Amino acid sequence: MNFKLIGVNHQSAPLEVRERLSVSEERLPDAVRTLVEQPGVEEGMVLSTCNRVELLTSVQEGADLHGFFGSYFGISGEALNSHLYEFEQREAVRHVFRVASSLDSMVVGEAQILGQVKEAYAVARGLGAIHSRLEALLSRAFAVAKRVRSETAVGSSSVSISAVAVQLAEKIFGSLQGKTVYLVGAGKMAELAARHLVSHGAKTILVCNRTHQRALELAEAFHGQAIPFERLHETVERADIVLTSTAAAEPLFRREHGEAILSKRKNRPMFFIDIAVPRNVHPEVNRLDGMFVYDIDDLQSVAANNSAERKKEAQRAEQIVETEVERFTSRMQSLHLVPTILSLQEYCETIRQAEIDHIRGRLGHITPEQEAAIEAMTRGIVNKLLHTPITTLKSTAAEPEAATIHEVVRRIFNLKGGNPGSGKTEE
Amino acid sequence: MLDYNSHNPMPLFWLRVALTLYGIGLLCAVVSLWRNHERLITTMLAAAGAGMVFHFVSLTETAMRGDLAPLSSLHQVESLLAFLLMVFFLTIYGRYQTASPGIALFPLAFLLTLSAQSAFMETNTVTAEVSPSWIYMHVGLILVGYSALIVSFFASILYLIQERNLKAKGVGGFKSRLPALATIDEIGYRCLLFGFPFMTFGLIAGSVVAEARYGAGYFRDPKILFSIVMWVLYTMLLYARWSAGWRGRRAAYMAAFAFCAAIVAWAANGLSSTHRFLAP
Repeated sequence: MNFKLIGVNHQSAPLEVRERLSVSEERLPDAVRTLVEQPGVEEGMVLSTCNRVELLTSVQEGADLHGFFGSYFGISGEALNSHLYEFEQREAVRHVFRVASSLDSMVVGEAQILGQVKEAYAVARGLGAIHSRLEALLSRAFAVAKRVRSETAVGSSSVSISAVAVQLAEKIFGSLQGKTVYLVGAGKMAELAARHLVSHGAKTILVCNRTHQRALELAEAFHGQAIPFERLHETVERADIVLTSTAAAEPLFRREHGEAILSKRKNRPMFFIDIAVPRNVHPEVNRLDGMFVYDIDDLQSVAANNSAERKKEAQRAEQIVETEVERFTSRMQSLHLVPTILSLQEYCETIRQAEIDHIRGRLGHITPEQEAAIEAMTRGIVNKLLHTPITTLKSTAAEPEAATIHEVVRRIFNLKGGNPGSGKTEE
Repeated sequence: MLDYNSHNPMPLFWLRVALTLYGIGLLCAVVSLWRNHERLITTMLAAAGAGMVFHFVSLTETAMRGDLAPLSSLHQVESLLAFLLMVFFLTIYGRYQTASPGIALFPLAFLLTLSAQSAFMETNTVTAEVSPSWIYMHVGLILVGYSALIVSFFASILYLIQERNLKAKGVGGFKSRLPALATIDEIGYRCLLFGFPFMTFGLIAGSVVAEARYGAGYFRDPKILFSIVMWVLYTMLLYARWSAGWRGRRAAYMAAFAFCAAIVAWAANGLSSTHRFLAP
């Protein structure tokens, strides 16, 4: 196991540095190719997103990734070094697991990063830059990310106002598919929230604004319908979700409006998202059955609560990552023992076969039963003798003296083939 | 009881296995109030599924016994009702991917099964005045109707909880894991719709039985009266939901009334002179 990872992320480097290092989609294959052509680099992958640029490699001793970073991107060493982080072996494994599980993201738990890692992996794999070790590491990283996602709620809550609005609407309506959204007031923020709702399936958009021209523009942008401000109250019952953001000094919707709307809507629930200050919807409306009113403070407090929840869940996720790192590294460490174990078994098997042939010559004719008995007995002896050395090899794989023990075993039995400690094993 | 058990203890044994499994499901449902874990749901579903298999075996073995009239004792009826509730639980999960109703259905199914296995062999023979198939039909249909009403009632309670939760702008905890309001509403309404024909035909089958035995006099019996009140409430509830879109608080209250009437109708066996499990 010789993993090495070097890179920058949103915490280690400012945007000015990250943008000079970022690798566009078209240049990515070229970057990967150049990376694996570096001396000592056996496998490599380049991950470049707006928040991070990282080189993940499996290397031999002496590979210089720092130099590659500087030369490939044409940035001087000093300017770069203070921003670069570098992880090896276990630390690299942990970092990859954390990145894939979105624990290293700017918004912890955001779902995009896993897809980006998968894309980077697919590109590198397509170029033949990924073999057994990175393959093992990355496929494990994807499994860990999946585990984190299913066992913790780290990615399940929304932390922006628009996302919270969508989350709440889904809590009320189940799905936004085919729902009608009414924009009352046509500001930037309303537009943003509406885009979010539409991207989650909301269908019809109605726009009502004091300046009708602006309503027309916005309605056109959403392929919706503009409605004159005077007709607001007679048309509002068509909407499932009402997003208010006008500068009106008095509430546009009061309890009596709410009651009238409910009876027209046959009590179907309705969701008011009121991002206006002062509020456009009187808080009394929230008391009506089936009417849900969230003002800007409510939305913000849900968002704040969600981020606190995320932090708590992130801690649980970190624990999962930790156990997975432990499991993976010990598996990788015992992996390079496989050739030794195999040749040890092979060595003993050769002796066994030779001895059986020898005794068969001396005994002359033997019955199948006797043959089976000899077979079973010799096999039993060999297995019992080998049991302790093999388990010792495996159990000490993670300990510092592992290399010594490994070497001793090879010398005692005069084993050839494979190279202890290099970890060049194919899985 | 001893006699029966020594004869053939298997149905009772299967029922107790089912009871244990429902107990596990109940435990998971309770823990899921505080913890959000995928494995809890999986265990809950597995417990319900496996419990139902054993329960089904118990029910059929009981029914196959020649000397025992099926559905002729209160305990057998409880057993069947518990089974039906579990059927609803799994069906709802299959359709809506939510195990939330489990928090109410597991305790109920557990208690019904517990009671059923406690006096399992109590039985009554059915008098041959009317064809027993009418009675089975009456009891079976009514029980499906009851189950639907119970599930619908619990759904309206979940609706209330979720509605309050959304209005209070609360986040986190068990409440945040409840299904969407519209989903709960749909579960409640669909169950009500589904149960209505069963309830109606069940009562008609019961009337046929009673008519054959007692003539028109059966109509003054308190049990029958409560049943009719229950049916009327059920119909009104369905109509109010369908025509005026009643949901939330009003629907929950109405479902609660219908549910109470159903309980009273059930419990009215003691008051009734004509409707008895002794002589249906």
